Amino acid sequence: MSTSDLSVKVGELTFANPIMPASGTFSEDLSDVFDLDVLGAHVLKTIMHGKRAGNPTPRVCDLQGGMLNAIGIPSKGIDDFRDRMLPYWSDYKAPLVVSISAHSMDEFARLAAEVSLPGVAAIEANISCPNIEADGNAFAMRPDTTAEVMRRLRAETDLPLWAKLTPNTGEPVAVALAAEAEGADAIVTANTALGMSIDVRTRQPRLGNVMGGMSGPAVKPIALRMTYQCAHACRVPVIGCGGIATLDDVLEFLIAGAAAVQVGTATFQSPTVMARLIAELSDWMQAQGVTSLGEIIGSVQIPGGEAA
Amino acid sequence: MTLIPSILSVPPSPGVTARCAEARAIVLSNMPVNGEYRLLTLDAPAEVLDCAPGQFFQLLCPVPEGEHPFLRRPMSIYGYDAHAEQLQFLYKIAGAGTRGLATLRAGDTLNVLGPLGQGFTMPDAWQNLMLVARGVGLATLAPLARMAQQQGRSLTAICSARSPELAMSVDLFRSYGAEVIVVHDEDGSSEVPALEALIEARIAAGSVDAFYTCGSRRLLTMLQRLGQKHGIPGEIAMEQQMACGLGMCQACVRPFREGNEVVHRRVCREGPVFPISEAIA
Ligand SMILES: Cc1cc2nc3c(=O)[nH]c(=O)nc-3n(C[C@H](O)[C@H](O)[C@H](O)COP(=O)(O)OP(=O)(O)OC[C@H]3O[C@@H](n4cnc5c(N)ncnc54)[C@H](O)[C@@H]3O)c2cc1C
Ligand SMILES: Cc1cc2nc3c(=O)[nH]c(=O)nc-3n(C[C@H](O)[C@H](O)[C@H](O)COP(=O)(O)O)c2cc1C
Ligand code: FES
Repeated sequence: MSTSDLSVKVGELTFANPIMPASGTFSEDLSDVFDLDVLGAHVLKTIMHGKRAGNPTPRVCDLQGGMLNAIGIPSKGIDDFRDRMLPYWSDYKAPLVVSISAHSMDEFARLAAEVSLPGVAAIEANISCPNIEADGNAFAMRPDTTAEVMRRLRAETDLPLWAKLTPNTGEPVAVALAAEAEGADAIVTANTALGMSIDVRTRQPRLGNVMGGMSGPAVKPIALRMTYQCAHACRVPVIGCGGIATLDDVLEFLIAGAAAVQVGTATFQSPTVMARLIAELSDWMQAQGVTSLGEIIGSVQIPGGEAA
Repeated sequence: MTLIPSILSVPPSPGVTARCAEARAIVLSNMPVNGEYRLLTLDAPAEVLDCAPGQFFQLLCPVPEGEHPFLRRPMSIYGYDAHAEQLQFLYKIAGAGTRGLATLRAGDTLNVLGPLGQGFTMPDAWQNLMLVARGVGLATLAPLARMAQQQGRSLTAICSARSPELAMSVDLFRSYGAEVIVVHDEDGSSEVPALEALIEARIAAGSVDAFYTCGSRRLLTMLQRLGQKHGIPGEIAMEQQMACGLGMCQACVRPFREGNEVVHRRVCREGPVFPISEAIA
């Protein structure tokens, strides 16, 4: 049996397959369940510069077709990353993507420089997290703040730099173009959608933090729409993320224009899902006679022409 | 809601190894017990049966009509038998997930993830064991009885309940040679002052080397007080809302005392069993 070529290119990086974890839903602990080297890349939980506790509990609650989380970013800081995490992940073949965030432009820029170390393949800038300078808004809510933060990050690192967008913005294409103009090597669509849930019995919010990010199958159409919009508008590759759980979900994102995909919440329901998706994608390509994913990526057929 | 303190250093987990798998199990039976609880018995593959008392599984609950449990639900292992390839859970119907579990019939399949977390330990110095628990917490402690018998320890199980007939696992504890004391709300014997006096008397008689408990803040506070006063160690199984159950998402943290610091530990990974002295009620 010949094996199909699942490799994809994201800018200058080549991944053995298009399946990688979404930041915050993956850690070395998953190696208890399967060999993490089958993955196209490893994307780590967002780190911030200093030690942080994260949000009050309850930090998660479930919804119809998804979940809310308000984990916050309980970071162990840059020292733990350099001294413990980086050596651990360096033993794997799969390229390492480090997600970073900060509350201020200065701190963000400093962190980008500090994580630009041998063994790191790319930096994913989580610009979709609330920050202090912009009055609690995420940098990626607006094109101007996106441009400014990406310019600062670009100046600090030569590594491939990905910008992770938020579905909470009303102008995703302008934000994506701003990131691209300031040197982003890829766009990730997207982070969680801000949501809320109340326990009607107690009348209390079901999250300790009151509001939280929605993820899982219920957000897939929104993430897919953003992926399509951004892939259409940008020259740099787009990585799809949001609600991906099945082979059809993966194919949908690829057809919409994603060069690769990230899988998050689905791993909580089924920790083996990423390994399974890779195997299923390979089988599907063989059955369909597809020799390269280049034949699939961006192959969406819009009846009567392009709609964007 | 637990408020998370701002001081933090999540300890690395040296030597923490969890062997687990996502597997399909077949329901053998799912029977009501004591009115409030149900006992689920599964035919499970050997790959998930290398279990220790105190560990748990994450169950992908069936979807009951009109409800939509999405995340897995954590359940302590009530019984396991690698030889017979059987796995048991004792659960209380609480909401959508456990209502889904209650719909399972013999022959149905259930996706299970486990065994997860760190179980109870039983150091050699702990010869005379005392277990104190209430309600469904007794399910979590049930496998300890077999472990105690296998290791030749003496075990006293104080089973607390609303009324004597609702006390869980009494017969099971007896079958493993434990002395069982039932305390309940109807005669006030389950109140902390009465319970504390009972345990003090046992300690005075020299027959308590260690405590095991779970869940209840009231019991934890009492055992911390007794433990500190008499230098008696012990372990507690704790609960917290979970998403992944594997250690990846940081949903399940609780604060613990570590020297003068308060640190966060993941209930699913560093726990669910922790030293009583470090737990924060
Ligand atoms: C390590 C561990 C072991 C457990 N062992 C047992 C057991 O042996 N028997 C038993 O009956 N119950 C046990 N529980 C509690 C059990 O997980 C909850 O009762 C169950 O998740 C409730 O789900 P639900 O959908 O029926 O209720 P809902 O209240 O609708 O649940 C809503 C959400 O809250 C979570 N949740 C609710 N109660 C708890 C709780 N006490 N702890 C953690 N998460 C909770 C659910 O998982 C779900 O995500 C254990 C919990 C933990 C953490
Ligand atoms: C528990 C949890 C924690 C997350 N933490 C982060 C994070 O630290 N950084 C980040 O960029 N995204 C984080 N995310 C968002 C995911 O990476 C992903 O963008 C989102 O969940 C949508 O994908 P999904 O539906 O496949 O989960 C988190 C999501 C969840 C559910
Ligand atoms: S439930 Fe995800 S870390 Fe414990």
